[in-house]
Amino acid sequence: MNVTRRTVLGGLALGGMGVASARPGRAQSRKVLRIGVLNDQSGPYRDVSGLNSVVCVKQAIADFGASAKGLEVEVLSADHQNKPDVGAAIARQWFDRDGVDMIIDVPTSSVALAVANVCREKNRAYINVGAGTTELTGRQCAATTIHWAYDTWMLAHSTGGATVKTGGDKWFFITADYVFGHDLERETSGFVTAAGGKVLGHVAYPFPGTTDFSSFLVQAQASGANVLGLANAGADTQNCIKQAHEFGLTSQARIAALLMFITDVHALGLETAQGLVLTESFYWDLNDKTRAFAARIKDKTPNNMPNMVQAGCYAGTLHYLKAVSALGLDTAKTNGAEVVARMKAMPTEDDAFGTCKIREDGRVLVPAYLFEVKKPAESKGPWDYYKLLITTPGDQAFRPLADGHCPLVKS
Amino acid sequence: MIPSKIAAGPARSTLGTPRTHALAMGVMILFVILAPLFLYPVFVMKVLTFALFATAFNLLLGYVGLLSFGHAAYFGMGAYVTAWTVKNLGLTPELGILLGGAVGAALGLVFGWLAIRRQGLYFAMITLALAQMVYFFCVEAPFTGGEDGIQQVPRGRLFGLLPLHDDRVIYAVVAVIFIAGFLFLYRVVHSPFGQVVKAIRENEPRAISLGYRTDSYKLIAFVLSTFIAGIAGGAKSLVFGIATLTDVHWSMSGEVVLMTLLGGLGTVFGPALGALIVTAMENYLAPFGAWVTVTQGAIFVACVLAFRRGILGEIAARLKLDL
Amino acid sequence: MHAIFGIPAPLLFGQLLLGLINGGFYALLSLGLAVIFGMLNIINFAHGALFTTGAFAAWMLLNYLGLPYWYALFLSPLIIGLFGIVLERLLIRRLYGLDHLYGLLLTFGLALVIEGLFRNAYGSSGMPYQIPRALSGAVNLGFMFLPLYRGWVVIVALVVSLATWALIEKTRLGATLRAATENAALVQAFGINVPRLVTLTYAGGVALAAFAGVLAAPIYSVNPNMGSNLIITVFAVVVIGGMGSILGSIVSGFGLGVIEGLTKVFYPQASDTVVFVVMAIVLLTRPAGLFGKAA
Repeated sequence: MNVTRRTVLGGLALGGMGVASARPGRAQSRKVLRIGVLNDQSGPYRDVSGLNSVVCVKQAIADFGASAKGLEVEVLSADHQNKPDVGAAIARQWFDRDGVDMIIDVPTSSVALAVANVCREKNRAYINVGAGTTELTGRQCAATTIHWAYDTWMLAHSTGGATVKTGGDKWFFITADYVFGHDLERETSGFVTAAGGKVLGHVAYPFPGTTDFSSFLVQAQASGANVLGLANAGADTQNCIKQAHEFGLTSQARIAALLMFITDVHALGLETAQGLVLTESFYWDLNDKTRAFAARIKDKTPNNMPNMVQAGCYAGTLHYLKAVSALGLDTAKTNGAEVVARMKAMPTEDDAFGTCKIREDGRVLVPAYLFEVKKPAESKGPWDYYKLLITTPGDQAFRPLADGHCPLVKS
Repeated sequence: MIPSKIAAGPARSTLGTPRTHALAMGVMILFVILAPLFLYPVFVMKVLTFALFATAFNLLLGYVGLLSFGHAAYFGMGAYVTAWTVKNLGLTPELGILLGGAVGAALGLVFGWLAIRRQGLYFAMITLALAQMVYFFCVEAPFTGGEDGIQQVPRGRLFGLLPLHDDRVIYAVVAVIFIAGFLFLYRVVHSPFGQVVKAIRENEPRAISLGYRTDSYKLIAFVLSTFIAGIAGGAKSLVFGIATLTDVHWSMSGEVVLMTLLGGLGTVFGPALGALIVTAMENYLAPFGAWVTVTQGAIFVACVLAFRRGILGEIAARLKLDL
Repeated sequence: MHAIFGIPAPLLFGQLLLGLINGGFYALLSLGLAVIFGMLNIINFAHGALFTTGAFAAWMLLNYLGLPYWYALFLSPLIIGLFGIVLERLLIRRLYGLDHLYGLLLTFGLALVIEGLFRNAYGSSGMPYQIPRALSGAVNLGFMFLPLYRGWVVIVALVVSLATWALIEKTRLGATLRAATENAALVQAFGINVPRLVTLTYAGGVALAAFAGVLAAPIYSVNPNMGSNLIITVFAVVVIGGMGSILGSIVSGFGLGVIEGLTKVFYPQASDTVVFVVMAIVLLTRPAGLFGKAA
């Protein structure tokens, strides 16, 4: 019966249109190196990394002189919306279908871990810059994973340690309810109690999606703590700080913004952010090299100065390209673990972080700088926000190798 | 209750299998077999699991006439249970998936019993509220991993023998699950039980006066629907190796309603077609951010205003077929 | 710092205050929903999205036209009300006479469209909206700390809710509205333009949602998900209060806000689900809701 065959096929044709994009086949060209920048482009972390990270990756490709060396590099980017299933699905699709060879950035630790797993399964290089969880170089380390810029242990040691030393001994935590928040809270609590302080209480809030922290701040107020520990980042941290001022919490407690970036200080304004103590591994105004790098980027991102995540995307890409150049494009496309091994064998060298070593567990040993946010009167202009208090060199800033229980490390 | 006029086909005996059904079934099975050759297998598996979910949902909406606005609860709990047992108890995949289905059914039994006391709108509101409770339970409960979800779920070995790592092997398994589930639901609909259920939808007081315990029939249909939904969820978590809060969120409930509405409420093959179109649309629009949401909303509005019978429903009505 | 039942007073009263604020939003939103359902027999799933639109309108008025909060309180409901008239005329009108569930599905689709458009334009984490200077700062009452703006929200929500109730129950316009709900044909026979009344009712309910949105903007940051986070809880509130009952919405709204606040103090993990548990209990015992008329 012609009619029935047609009707059913007609229905299939409708589906066919949209399905066309699911065809495999774009992966065939073997002469192009593809880098995928996967991060949050619309949610609470969009200013922490977002599209500015993509700009930094492209800058690294230009600074490396890829086209002069005969290496054609393509950059893809996508928004993982802070959801592990979305991030993992994009990674899988990028590797299976689109010929991507390396994934970089990936803030939001729950997504970072899911993507690390996919990269390990498919043997592709993975440079995580945006996420904080120490699991990436701990129990869930992999031969394909490298972790740049920072992690929760470094933050707890630097910011947490400094706050405790200056009299902050009664803590209350407001924690983003996912692996990053819990890691950061746990590690900071460890430093607090080791230094003789006490954790009076903590509360975890749904992430992402919470914009009103009043209920948690009321609990913090009632606990009698003298330090409000913010185990969160990005827009969440900004909202907590603003609302803490609204509720008068700042008269009884100091705020320890355990993870904060220059982009957050910019959004809050010096009036609100002055006096806050935070840790980053990069500051554009630190030395001549960082200023030169920042100047190159500022042209392309006129409203933004790079923070440690965006600088990390630059440095990570640069180092990756050096390794690919040494091993050849074919190896890069088939064996991510070998490229990562090569990256670990060479010290990193770039304008943003200087010279650093990469450890066996994938941890990049960048220096940790403890900054204090300037008062409005002390600042000479936009983005002139930080006073350097303490520098911790890379080999002391991170968790000792043995404590991580990374299976790659031979004990 | 959804008026029966939408779902009514031509007045003919449906106890035998009409030729159209056999043909449509054949085309569908052919598509399932050939698809991985020219489409990305993981994409097709996503379509298959959602098609199964939507067809199970349609059992309630199109045939019983009950709009369950919280069906993601059963799908998501199936996903979580399968993921957790396979990862932590070392259960083989088929047992994990069956367990997911069983949990979906158990939850369906409890929620269905609560909700069936009310009709129409109230029924929808209750199912939505109960699903929200499941969502918040999943946020708090330690075993679900909260926002992180259950990650690194191994695909394992089917029956302890056949390793499922290869996308093509697991595709075959998922295809079999889909076809089996679909045939099961088809059989339920075209059976004496299915006839009674359709009678209840058309005129419940009359069915009661004929001596049928309508609440029991509705509840059984509810449980069958949630059982298959749980199986679909379990299969999905194995394919992607992850179970997250997205699977129990009310937006997932909305999506399955969209697929069924778009494909055709009272048709057998409609929801599966709807699943294919919606998943493909999402895949195509994903790089463009929230346009997926906007498009979904627009399709809802368009369908309700002008296109109530859905694609296959319209085709069936115009050609006077029973699809 | 004294304690009540072992709970420090600032914590108890603080959470109660926050509960009342939430309750105020629940009351304003469920009022609008109840009025719309009573008159149009439509479950307006788009209510949350219109709440969000009200907040965005306030933000846009400030950032594009320089009009601060006090203007937004009046302009935003007006603008969104007009939008509501357009929606009703174009889309909602075609649903009368159809099964209720189509109204649910259509407005659900509308909500997705509105929220998707905002998310595309402004991202999902929110745009900050300053508390108006006259209301910033806080008062230390001794037994608790009261941020002025939040106290203001509770008072305004209460006043507006009661005013709406008075409008519907005590005025002639309200009487006409109630009569049209019961028997539209008869009221039309008296010469009253019922379709126009219906349109205005929808616009009024929607304007209430937008008003709540402006109130919420400084607290929640103006973000596309504000509405969808609230709307399902608001549905539960409406069901508890009774689908067409105005007084029911106000009482249940504030009441449930307080219950939620208290749950946060004594048993925080359950604070999200307590509203639904109450709803399930109410549905099993008094199916028409606490103040509703039995169907």
